[in-house]
Amino acid sequence: MSLMILDKGALTPLVDALIADYASRGGVVVGPKAKGSNFIFGPIADPDELRLDYSTTILPPKKVLQPQQERLATFNMQESQVESVIEAKPTVLFGVHTCDLHAIRLLDQVFSQDHPDAHYLERRRQTIIVGLECLEPCDEHSFCESMGTLSTDGGYDLHLTDLGEAYAVDVATEAGERLLSQYGTVSEATKDDVHSLNDVRSSKQPHFTSRLDFDRVELPSLLGAAYDHPLWEELGEQCLSCGSCTNVCPTCYCFNVIDEVDMALTKGERVRHWDSCQLDEFARVAGGENFREKRSARQRHRFMRKGKYIYEKFGELGCVGCGRCIRTCVANISIVDGFNAIHESAE
Amino acid sequence: MTTSVYKPEAARLVAVEQITDLEKMFTIELPNKRNLGHDPGQFVEVSVLGVGEAPISITSSPSRSNGSFELCVRRVGDVTNALHNMQPGDMVGIRGPFGHGFPIEKMRGKDMLFAPGGLGLAPLRSLINQVLDEHDAFGRVIILYGSKRPEELLFRDELEEWKKRDDVECLVTVDQGNETWDGHVGVITTLCPEISIDPNNTIAATCGPPIMYRFVLMELLDKGIPETQIYLSLERRMKCGVGKCGHCQINGLYCCQDGPVFTYAQVKGIEEAL
Repeated sequence: MSLMILDKGALTPLVDALIADYASRGGVVVGPKAKGSNFIFGPIADPDELRLDYSTTILPPKKVLQPQQERLATFNMQESQVESVIEAKPTVLFGVHTCDLHAIRLLDQVFSQDHPDAHYLERRRQTIIVGLECLEPCDEHSFCESMGTLSTDGGYDLHLTDLGEAYAVDVATEAGERLLSQYGTVSEATKDDVHSLNDVRSSKQPHFTSRLDFDRVELPSLLGAAYDHPLWEELGEQCLSCGSCTNVCPTCYCFNVIDEVDMALTKGERVRHWDSCQLDEFARVAGGENFREKRSARQRHRFMRKGKYIYEKFGELGCVGCGRCIRTCVANISIVDGFNAIHESAE
Repeated sequence: MTTSVYKPEAARLVAVEQITDLEKMFTIELPNKRNLGHDPGQFVEVSVLGVGEAPISITSSPSRSNGSFELCVRRVGDVTNALHNMQPGDMVGIRGPFGHGFPIEKMRGKDMLFAPGGLGLAPLRSLINQVLDEHDAFGRVIILYGSKRPEELLFRDELEEWKKRDDVECLVTVDQGNETWDGHVGVITTLCPEISIDPNNTIAATCGPPIMYRFVLMELLDKGIPETQIYLSLERRMKCGVGKCGHCQINGLYCCQDGPVFTYAQVKGIEEAL
């Protein structure tokens, strides 16, 4: 819609005003903040907590849109009554890197197609996303450049790019425009600002190295031909089936639903929580049959989901190259190394 | 705001009948005796509040929807055990119907060969009765049914009725007989040599435990039935029923959305299917 300039000195008052106003409406501003030596997305109570210089976060911002645990319904067993619960509140999701913006766009598709998921969609409707252009790689594990997620042309309401003394703010939606005019002091970008934005964007490119040995568009077909690849057995030997890789993945959305009942056994809640295809019981049916019993088959399923199945269903790759699964894996499994191994043996 | 696709509707158990040691038949009414509006082969998510939800195929045929529908449920997990403890008048939650059932419009005019094993008769019964209720629109109706033991046979009254009908060829077998059983003994595929069919004009439908598919499919293909005319109903942990939760994935397919009924042609290259 438009390009605005926000002086860095004006950021703190803007965030401050946002925090106060959202808090008064029962809402929250969520952004990157420090936790020990890491960063997380969490509620920002003070503008000083907001760390726009963060590298990456332990969990992706999907946790704001699809929480680790949420109530879907409350029920009364004696009266056989069920009430839907939609846990949503006004939220500003501040400082989302481009890889995660790509991931959220994919989640938007997942939860709006076919049978729309009102729980996700209502949270999404109430969430304003402020993106943040990455100018340096998070660390040696990220491979956003290879996955084409180093920049984005959408998926945000506002998008910040650090120009040194100020942020260039791409205003993409009316909600973003309202936020900016309500809380911020901004000016319209001049021609010089546009030049410096283009300069920053083009000069960042060399900082990011490609880690995939081939063009990502080949990934679905490479994986399609690699169903019986020896890699899966190797990964199965390494993998501990802990499920960390899927928990930290910004595009993993599988879940389980359980009923939790109060002590009097009269009332309860139907709760949805993250689940993982890496866990032994994920594909087991009540009769005992487990359709993905081996760890090798479960690792293969993860790779296939990220590089093939999701692409076939939604037209986007399921991996955005954030590197979180590699960073978190205690068994040192690397999805990008795996992709490369499959490519190498296909040559 | 749209309503939640995960909210079950309260429905009443109007009849509960023990049909084998492990299976009970539940007749269920939706509010105002509204018809479920299902296709044969579709399933519902059944809630027992406080215990959870489980996907169950609908065993009654749409042609007999008289303000109620039937589920044949084996007691095997938490939800199904809880269901088995319920009485007529008790309430359950229902979501659905979900998934792709049998495309009956593609089946009309054809001979029908049903080959269910064990509990696999439950989903096929919906289609069998639909076909029998408009038998003029179909050719021959052949039912080959096998179970492990005589006491595990489902719907015994209906099996007897089908056997007696002139317009139905119904053969029943058990893997292991006993003193009360004077019928055929042997696995379901041993019934196949007893029938001759016109393969190109035959639609086959099968459902059963995973181990059974391989052998039944081999027989059906051996008889020359085209892969596009063999239908299977697959069992998976269809937790949400709406293609989101991921539990029922068969490689890139979602059993709950793309199935649970598939043609053999659809799944034969899908490694995790069978």
